[in-house]
Formats: sequence, C-alpha cells, structure tokens
Amino acid sequence: MTEPRPAPPDLTFLPSPLAAWFTRRGWRLHPHQRAVLEAARARRSVLLLAPTGAGKTLAGFLPSLVDLAAAPRPGLHTLYVSPLKALAADIARNLECPVAEAGLPITLDVRTGDTDQATRRRQRETPPNILLTTPESLALLLSFPDSTRLFAGLSSVVVDEIHALAGTKRGDQLALCLARLSTLAPGAVRIGLSATAPWPGHLAAFLSADGRGTGVDRIEAPAGAAPAIEIRLPKGPLPWSGHMGLMAAEEIYHLIRAHRSTIVFVNTRAQAELVFAALWRLNDEALPIALHHGSLARDQRLKVEAAMAAGRLRAVVATSSLDLGIDWGEVDLVVQVGAPKGVSRLLQRIGRANHRWDQPSRAVLVPANRFELLECLCALDGVREGALDGDPPPQGGLDVLAQHVMGTVCAGPIHPDQLYAEVTRAAPYHNLSRKDFDDVVRFVEDGGYALSSYDRFRRLFRDAEGRLHLADARAARRWRLNVGTIVEAPLLKVKLGRGFGGATLGEIEEYFVSLLHPGDTFLFAGRLLRFDRLRETIVECSPAQGDDPKVPAYAGGRLPLTTFLADRVRALLQDPARWQSLPPDVAEWLDLQRRRSRLPGANDLLVETFPRGGRWFLVAYCFEGRNAHQTLGMLLTRRMERAGFRPLGFVATDYVLAVWSAEEPHDVAKLFDEDMLGEDLEEWMAESSLLKRTFRHVAVIAGLVERNHLGGTKTGRQLTVNTDLIYDVLRKYEPDHVLLRATRADAARGLVDVARVAVMLRRARGRIVHMALSRVSPLAVPVLLEVGKESVATGEGEDALLAEAEAAQLIAEARGEAEPPAATAPMLRGDRPVHPVHRANVARDRKRRRGGIALGTPGRATLRTIRARRQASLPLPE
Amino acid sequence: MTAAPLHLLGERLMLDPSGALWWPARRLLAVADLHLEKGSALAARGSLVPPYDSRATLERLIRLVRLYRPDRLVLLGDSFHDRTGAARLGQAEREALATLSRLTAITWLSGNHDPGAAEEAHEPPLTFRHVPRGRTGEISGHLHPKAAVTMRGAWVARACFVADSRCLLLPAFGAYTGGLDVRDPAIRGLFPRGARVFLLGKDRLFSFPLAAAVPLSEPLAKAMSRA
Repeated sequence: MTEPRPAPPDLTFLPSPLAAWFTRRGWRLHPHQRAVLEAARARRSVLLLAPTGAGKTLAGFLPSLVDLAAAPRPGLHTLYVSPLKALAADIARNLECPVAEAGLPITLDVRTGDTDQATRRRQRETPPNILLTTPESLALLLSFPDSTRLFAGLSSVVVDEIHALAGTKRGDQLALCLARLSTLAPGAVRIGLSATAPWPGHLAAFLSADGRGTGVDRIEAPAGAAPAIEIRLPKGPLPWSGHMGLMAAEEIYHLIRAHRSTIVFVNTRAQAELVFAALWRLNDEALPIALHHGSLARDQRLKVEAAMAAGRLRAVVATSSLDLGIDWGEVDLVVQVGAPKGVSRLLQRIGRANHRWDQPSRAVLVPANRFELLECLCALDGVREGALDGDPPPQGGLDVLAQHVMGTVCAGPIHPDQLYAEVTRAAPYHNLSRKDFDDVVRFVEDGGYALSSYDRFRRLFRDAEGRLHLADARAARRWRLNVGTIVEAPLLKVKLGRGFGGATLGEIEEYFVSLLHPGDTFLFAGRLLRFDRLRETIVECSPAQGDDPKVPAYAGGRLPLTTFLADRVRALLQDPARWQSLPPDVAEWLDLQRRRSRLPGANDLLVETFPRGGRWFLVAYCFEGRNAHQTLGMLLTRRMERAGFRPLGFVATDYVLAVWSAEEPHDVAKLFDEDMLGEDLEEWMAESSLLKRTFRHVAVIAGLVERNHLGGTKTGRQLTVNTDLIYDVLRKYEPDHVLLRATRADAARGLVDVARVAVMLRRARGRIVHMALSRVSPLAVPVLLEVGKESVATGEGEDALLAEAEAAQLIAEARGEAEPPAATAPMLRGDRPVHPVHRANVARDRKRRRGGIALGTPGRATLRTIRARRQASLPLPE
Repeated sequence: MTAAPLHLLGERLMLDPSGALWWPARRLLAVADLHLEKGSALAARGSLVPPYDSRATLERLIRLVRLYRPDRLVLLGDSFHDRTGAARLGQAEREALATLSRLTAITWLSGNHDPGAAEEAHEPPLTFRHVPRGRTGEISGHLHPKAAVTMRGAWVARACFVADSRCLLLPAFGAYTGGLDVRDPAIRGLFPRGARVFLLGKDRLFSFPLAAAVPLSEPLAKAMSRA
C-alpha cells in the first residue's frame, strides 16, 4: 500500500503502536496521506484524487486506525464501500496485516453477496469496528429496522473507486444510501478515493452530505511519474479496416517475453479470444499466458486473478473486466490492442502497470487499422496534456429511487417530507422535483396509476401524521430478495458435452448464440468449440479440431468513442502539418482524400455520395460513436424511404455512418434536418424493441416485476407478466407514468445516445458539405469494408417482414419445394385437465433433477497447434 | 383490418386480425381467453402492474362488436383470470361489460380459471368449448397459441390461430396473456397431419404451415433456421 522509502520517518501524527509498525517497515507518510489524516482529525470530509499506487487505500483507513488505536471501542466505526466484492476482500486482507502486526485492538469483517447467513447475523448483532462492503450489501443493511442502532456510532465512511460508481445506477443507489447514513450518523466523515478524474467537482458533490460538495476537502496527490507510452505498428502497411489487431501478435509476444508480467487489454470479448489464441500459436516457450473476460465462469476468472496476484503468469489477455481491481505489483507493462476509445479509460488501464507512482508506468498501444492509429495518436496527446474525458454524471434514475424508497420504509416509518429532504441531499437527486419524488412514492405505495383501483393492494399506508408504513411484512422480504440495480441480459450457459453433467465453461449472451449455426466453431474460454445445439438455456458444445474458428462479430463489451477523443481526431484530420508524425501510407491516404474529396472539418458535417456496384452509397463523417451512428442510421433510412431513395441497409462505425440505397440520394442537407429528432425519433423509439428492453430493466429495478420470487428464481424471460405487454398497455393508458418517464430518460442517455445525435445535428445545421463523387473516396474505404460484416437491414416494420415470409412460403409451395398441410381428421385425444404450460415446466424440472451424461471429453485437444498449452494447463491454483 | 376466410366442415368462417372468429352465416363472434383482471390478480400478490388490462381488452372487444354487429358473442372460457375476478372489476370496466351485453347476446363458456354458463356451445356442425379435445368441428382456446417465423435473419413472433380442415384453435385475446409455442406437443398433437397458423398482424393475418414455425426463443430459432 505505501512504498518503502529510505527517508527517515516523520510519524509524530501516529499513535505509538502504529508509528512503531511504520518504523519497523521503514515507511513514512506521503504528504497526501498526512493531509487526509489532518482533514479527518478536523472532522472534514475528503476527496482524495490520486493515481494508482499512491497509497490511496491506506490514506482512507489511516484516520480510522489512528482513532481506534488511541481510543478502542466496540461497535461499527468505519464503513468501507467498494464497487467490487473482490476488492473489499483484498483490502480486508491488507488491513489485517498492520492491525495484527501493530497489535491494534481493531476488529474488521467483510460483508458482500458471498457472505453466509450466520456471519451476516453475527455482524448485525456484534458489528466489527471496520466493515467492508458493496453498495448492494449496504442497501440491504439499511433496510433492517436495527440499522439505526447499527450505524449510530459510525465515525467514518470510505468510498473506494468513487469515479467508477458515480454516474451509474449503482452509484445512484450508493448516493441514496449515503444520504440515509447522514441521517443515521450525522457526524461521520466521508473519505472518497478516486483515480484522477475529469469531473472532480461532481465526485465531491457525490461524496458530500448535502449533494453540492460542501464540507469536502479536495486533496490531489502529485501526479507521479508520467507514463511512458509508445505506439507500436505491425510490420508492413497499416490495414484499412478490421479491429482485431492480430497482425501485431508477434510484436506483442516479444513484448511479453521482454517483461516480467504484462496485461494485454483488448476492447471486446471476441477480440480477447482471438488475441489469446494468436499468442499461444506463437508461444513456443510455453510462457504462462492466461485469458480474462466477463463471460468466463466465475471460478475461472478467480483462478486467473489469484495466479496473477501470486506472480505466476507472464501475461493475461483481458477486457474491461480487469479495468478495476486489486493491485498486482508484478505487472510492468500494459499493452492496449486496438483504439483506447477514451483518454480516461486509457489512463486507468495504463495505471494497472507498475503500481509505484513515482516510477513511470510502461504502456504500448497497438492500433489495428488507420482510423485507430489516428485515435491512438490523439489519445496519447490527451494523456500528455492531462486532459481527461468522460461525461458528467447524469440525473439519478427514478427506478433506483423507487427501490430506495421501499428499502427505507422497510427499515421503519418515515414521513415523505423528511424522505424528500433526505434524498435531495444525494448528488444525483439534487435537482429532483417534488412532483417526480411524489410520483415515485405513489408508485411504491400503490403503483401510482391514475386509476386508483389498487387501493386494497397497497404496499405502504400512511398514518395520521402522514408517515409511510409497510403494509405487509412479506413485502420487505420480497424487496430484500430483489435489491440491486444490475439487471443481467438473459445469459446462456456454455457447456462442454451433452446433458446436465457437462463442464460449464462460462456464460454468453443470447445474441451471441443467435449468430451460430450448429456445427460452427468458435473460440471460448481459450478453447476451440463446436456448437452442437441449444437446449433451453444451455449451449451444448464439443471440443473441435482445427485452426480456423469462426468467431462471429460480437458486440459484447464494445465501448463507444468519447466525444472528447472524437473532436481530437477531427482536429488532427484538419491539420496536415501534424500528418508528418503519421506513417507514410497513412499520411498519403489522408492526402489522397483531400484531393479526391475533402477532409471532414471541425464544425461541418461531410457527407459523400457515390455509386458503387449498382447501389448508391451515402457516407456521413459524424465521429459520434457507434451508438449515436446506429440511431442516426435508423432515422436516416426512414427519411430516405419517404424521399423515395429506397435505402437497403446501413453500417455504423465509431467514426462514420454509411447507408446504401437503390436510388441516388439528392438534397442531402435536407435529410439531416434537425427535426429528424422530433416525430421520426418518437415513432422509431415507440416501435423499436429498444424501449421495451429498457422498460424491462426499469420495471425490475423499480420493483414492478420481480426477478427473484420467494421460493425460486425465474429467468429473464419468465417475469410474471411479459413486460412487453405491460409496456404496451401502460403506454396506451398512461403514457406519462413515472416508469415510462424513467424509461425514456434511460433510453435517451443509454444505448441510443440521442443527445449526441442532437448536438451533432445542431452543430451541422447549415454546414453540411455534400460531395457528390463518381467513385468511392479514400476515407470511405474502411467503412465499406465493414459492409456485409455487420450491416443492419433498414427499419422495415415487422409486418412487412411477415408479408415477405408469407410470400416466400407461398412460392415454395407453388414450386413444390414445400408441402401444403394435409387436410385429414386429427387423432382423438383424451381430456387434459392440466394446463400445458404447467406440464411443460413440470417435465423440465423433472429432467433437470435427473442429471445427464457428458459426451464431450474435456481433456481432448482444441487447437491443434496449441495442444496441451491451454488455459487449463496453466499453473493455476486450485 | 382484413379478415381471412377459413372453410371448416363446409362453413365459411372469417379470422379477424384482432384474434376473433366471425361466423357470418350465424352472425356469431367468438373470442378466447380474455383473462380479465389478471392485472389485479398479480397486484394481490404484490406485483402492482398497470390496472388497465381489463379496460384494454374490453375496449378492443367492444370495437369488434360494433364492427361486426353479431347476434351472439361467444366467450370461449377463461374470460376472467380467476374465480373472484368479476368481483374486482372497476366501475369503468363494469360499464364496458354492460355496454357489451346491450350490443349483443353473450354466451360465457366455462374455463379452467373461471366458471361459466355452460361447458360447451353446440352450433352444428361446430362446437365451441374451452379446452380442445381434438374433435371434428371444434372451436377452442385455452392454449394461447403463439408462433414465430424468421425472414432474412429477422425473427417475428405473434399470437396466432391454428387450424386444419376439422378444428380451429383461437389465440388468447386478453391484454396480459402470454403465448404457448405452437411447436409445443400440446398444440402440435392436436394437429397430427399438419395445420396452418395465421399470425396476427396490424391490419391482416399472415398464414404459414405449422411446420414452418420456428421456436419462440429467438436465438434458438435463428440457430435452427440455418441448420
């Protein structure tokens, strides 16, 4: 945690046992650690912004250690909240060391989703001095009636990785819990620990007791040594397109060999699998190289993390699953394959190398194509200037608020006025209107529908003073089963072999499976697998032979380009003087674009149209990120359809949008008119499945439907009533219901990035530069190479598809390729008193209990050339 | 809205895209599985879903009755989600039901969720009943048939009619009623020699052989359509 320094210790601040322990270790306090200590002694809250490796965590706990060493007492003294369970457990282990070695009379314990019932009960009865937990577990603790007693003596709250929580729904939940804590323990100071972040003011507000940042000292650790970052290009000309960066595998392998321990960051899970396989193909020395991403089974991930912590691995190929995490002192190099997508993210990843803040972290960027090279250069400039990006945290979600209101009432009766005053002290809800609050409370009470027919089913009632009470104790149990703000997409288990006995390798999204044909091979968990079949929620696979997997274009974990970085790329394009730093082939490419068409300007919107292969292409250089381009593509094709250009499809990358059509698009400026966001957007959003998906999440978080029922879990598909049906009915009868408002707010800021489209269209108004070309322009080549890989058909209605399918079926029948149904009497069947849905469930449950036989042998070779060198054969601890 | 004709035992029936059956010769309209007050049944168990399902269902039904002006409306059972559903009806919904009964004569058949006036209604050569038994001339509900098809990589699932030349299965009409895959043995078993499914569209029906239906789970459907 702190670094050994030769300098003599200046430890007069510390009580003697702790000072003695520091002296024995030869440690001394960093200035920012002392500053935290001083602020806490003055009972002021602190936001500590420090790069990784600056002894942040110790700084957060020092005031508590000092306090408890000087005046030991029973009861909860310090609450530590971390976004990661593993981090909480790791910090606990690190704290136990000084506590034991210095002989401090301090008890500490961890409470997360993994903590067993008995331990939880004991923690509530005799709380430790220091409790380490997560936002979800804290919300649960606060819902118990004894929380008042538990937290009454709380002296300090430490929030770790606060930058990773603020602005998310988990952050909203934590902010509300902190507001609750300031009522229960008004005297407790707060210490927020954050990486260097672009919006420190927002983080201070998040941490503060009033939601505005009052009473929070901001302490910034010195920046530490500047990271040493270089861009490494693969040999030969830089590819026009493609994101996998496999050409650079050899370079990366040499880097791994030359370093003690390397993290190879990639942007998607598919890329992780491919890069991992490519590295092993070169791995003649059998260096221990492992794989880590969010789809792998939990125990696999834990094994890799433990091996990494123990310094037993030379490299791990990882996605954002390792962006946050416990310190691995051994890591001396970070490789980023593909574009970093944001400066802050790049810094966070680089910070995982060499957690010694006074020595430079070493990082290598490996762009996979020309646009990515531009992006890498711009990100590098950003790092050099210390310019951070990221959006300021949005308003808190009303669904999270609904969950919190119910949780608060579970702990005991409360008056809405008091609750309103309390929640508006949480920064994300600082601007919450009383109307929105009242609507949320009404929703929790009785559903909040204009039709007050659920009076007798109310969850809450009000007493004579107007305080809210729980109407039914069972509701509290149900709430506790469903607490949390993470709603998983329906996941399918990947199993090796048939039946229920097969080994589970991990879980993947349904979407991934929909891209596979039976017999297709794909890389997963570092193995080459053959997709055999899908049975209910199980993807059955067998080990496959050969070298040539088919990995489908997999969107999982793809991160959109930040606005900040996009602006920088645009500026670089505009400035030929800076092209000298580019490789000759890339500079030539931009120069050719300047001569053949023109370069996208800083404030205009370049749109090119040209014919190719019997179609017309329209390419818009928006630089607003994939999500925004997808949305724009949907809207644009609608408009082109109305204009009679007969659009056929589109493809969106982080940089550009390309639409192709049967007719030549003209009057292009009009197509990009800003009013596209009015009716067109409304209409599209209403029809698209996107809002329904968002509504499902909102409905689960707000507690309209339950994901866990007393006595058994249901899968995402089997929520009591299909939320799509609820959405349709609610939209018809109460379009302004609080949950629909929450849904629209989420959709606008989430997947569709409507805000970015709006800003772009406004900026480009009157500044659309249309270049009608006779052939494809150099800059358009990369996106055209993407066409066919992951294009989206135009937004025809489902009914049009049905009509087409029906026609196709008719033609097949006419040609004799399909048989029309025979017209004979059906067989007689007996009466069935049992509803078939129930019967199907019963049969499935019975099957599940029986267990099956695994046909796949886990030991068989996967990729021929990497046989016996798989992840499984690595020296992982059992 | 364009209804599709279906000939059953020499009788000409019209299938309406709303999920209703219209028998012009007898001026008879039939719908199945309204599951009125399913919303309040869930609310009683703590899930406060929007209470507008009965209203939505009845409004759609009244619109149909005004359109076809039937002499008789046959409700094929499970008209209420449970036995006490009728008692939970709101004022507006009661009035909607009263309107409905002024417009036409209603025959309430019993379902497995609710009691009705009769188990069956015989209108030779056809018989209306809740639970299908696979008999000739049978019009039934109960199973909530729903089918999916794929086209050009897209997947569309809708509630549907299922029919062969002897009997007809109606989709569930209620606003909160889910669906059972027509590929389920409970439905497929009723039509051992094949059948046609008629998927409900906005303005018309879309007809396919039962065998062309793909699984109701989108990934499974896509995986199989390419096998």
